[in-house]
Amino acid sequence: MGRMNVSLCGLPLDNPVIPASGTFGYGYEFAELYDINCLGTFSFKGTTREPRFGNPTPRIAECTAGMINAVGLQNPGVDRVIAEELPRLKQCFHKKVMANVSGFSVADYAYTCEKLDKEEQVGWLEVNVSCPNVHGGGMSFGTDPRAAAEVTKAVKAVTKKPVIVKLSPNVTDIAAIAKACEDAGADGISLINTLLGMRIDLKTKKPVIANGMGGFSGPAVFPVALRMVYQVHKAVRIPVVGMGGVSSARDVIEMMLAGATAVEIGAANLVNPFICRDIIAQLPETMDQYHIQTLEEIIGGA
Amino acid sequence: MKQGIFTITDNVPLTAAVYKMRLNGDTSAIAAPGQFVNIRLDGFYLRRPLSVCDWEKDSLTLIYKVVGGGTERMSRMTAGEQLDVLTGLGNGYDLSLSGNRPLLLGGGVGVPPLYALAKALIKQGKQVHAVLGFNTAQEVFGVGEFRALGAQVTVTTADGSSGVKGFVTDALPANYTYVYTCGPEPMLKAVYKRTVTGGQYSFEERMGCGFGACMGCSCKTITGFKRICKDGPVLQKEEILWDE
Repeated sequence: MGRMNVSLCGLPLDNPVIPASGTFGYGYEFAELYDINCLGTFSFKGTTREPRFGNPTPRIAECTAGMINAVGLQNPGVDRVIAEELPRLKQCFHKKVMANVSGFSVADYAYTCEKLDKEEQVGWLEVNVSCPNVHGGGMSFGTDPRAAAEVTKAVKAVTKKPVIVKLSPNVTDIAAIAKACEDAGADGISLINTLLGMRIDLKTKKPVIANGMGGFSGPAVFPVALRMVYQVHKAVRIPVVGMGGVSSARDVIEMMLAGATAVEIGAANLVNPFICRDIIAQLPETMDQYHIQTLEEIIGGA
Repeated sequence: MKQGIFTITDNVPLTAAVYKMRLNGDTSAIAAPGQFVNIRLDGFYLRRPLSVCDWEKDSLTLIYKVVGGGTERMSRMTAGEQLDVLTGLGNGYDLSLSGNRPLLLGGGVGVPPLYALAKALIKQGKQVHAVLGFNTAQEVFGVGEFRALGAQVTVTTADGSSGVKGFVTDALPANYTYVYTCGPEPMLKAVYKRTVTGGQYSFEERMGCGFGACMGCSCKTITGFKRICKDGPVLQKEEILWDE
């Protein structure tokens, strides 16, 4: 075992660093820049039953220490992901990948997960019940403990792979929702998805984002994310994957101390495409600086 | 795509709001006129995508308009300051379709990427006619530079204070073999309607990453969904689908 190894829902990771869904495509753009096999794994672009274009543009707005996106789950649909994206991904990434799944009904989630369950390269299913950018789905499942549990149960019934439920921070009691997912059979919890936010253009006096609102992410949300990871880790016995504004090796360690077994990195990839590689390279030195022998031993230490 | 540190050698105003910045750095990733770079600025979270006006081995020229806080900050930077730049982004223009008499239509800050294109086409022996559109005489830039390359240049201004009164589409020549254009979307739409040959149209959109990862700048085309930053910014006329 190396100093950075962790185990996520029974599957080994060489390190806890995972690019977050929606900021890493299917890996190819980054594989042109560096060998992405240095990553623990990565969570690929949110996949739905049917192909989706997503929301009208503009979909992006800048904020102080962050950004808002309202992409709206653009993806080619699960059949084309399996037929086209996964074989291409296999050329540049040789580890198990995390499949991120979204839906508009419980049946959608189960349908998509059942198909991805048959893909050998998929190690984990990250079930996104927290997309703030689509109507009639996504976040509406993640803001109600019963609905989140129902999705979890339906997905667990169709797959043997570990199911990690990705939660929304746009709730009053994150621990209750995490607990409901655990009780429904979830193997892990990941959080936080983006915070609902908006910007208004002073020139047009209208929202910058065509959809009006979108999901806020970036370094500004880190303390909120850290607090929620801490609360969820205290409430459940299953592993927690922490994310939200992580941009440095120190942030990774802080997330793990709060209770994260692994750490996803999102918006930072869009600003510095080398960030995940650089954080992995920096981690041993930062661990030395704080007298940390192995990352596994600090999980939830705070 | 490459990431590199560039050093500013020069940053001067061309008009009240348009600046020309020259930088030194590794330009080896830039493969075609019409590509863009993405610049990181202190104090701003997202990078600023800017079209490449011209490049040589180890030097880069950008012409940009101050439209917000980021470009305002850029305008105050001076020689010797350094910038983190992603280079070689986007597809750029395909020169092989130009024919012998390509027509270049640029509006405002859509003019700069056509400069390196004109240079490359003239080097191939093509007769380049550039129609450059601006709002007023005070906003005109680049005309002398295009003429110095050997291009025939027509200037239009919306208020008639310089050149032909009107838009670039009010000064279309009779004979041309192909269209290359860059400018605001209403101009691109007018060019699409009023020109008769095939062409390549360079689009602008708010971007997240600028290199194809975030799907922030997607558009619908005849040939499917495309990312302006990665599959564009240049689209073929035949594949364009305008928003309703």
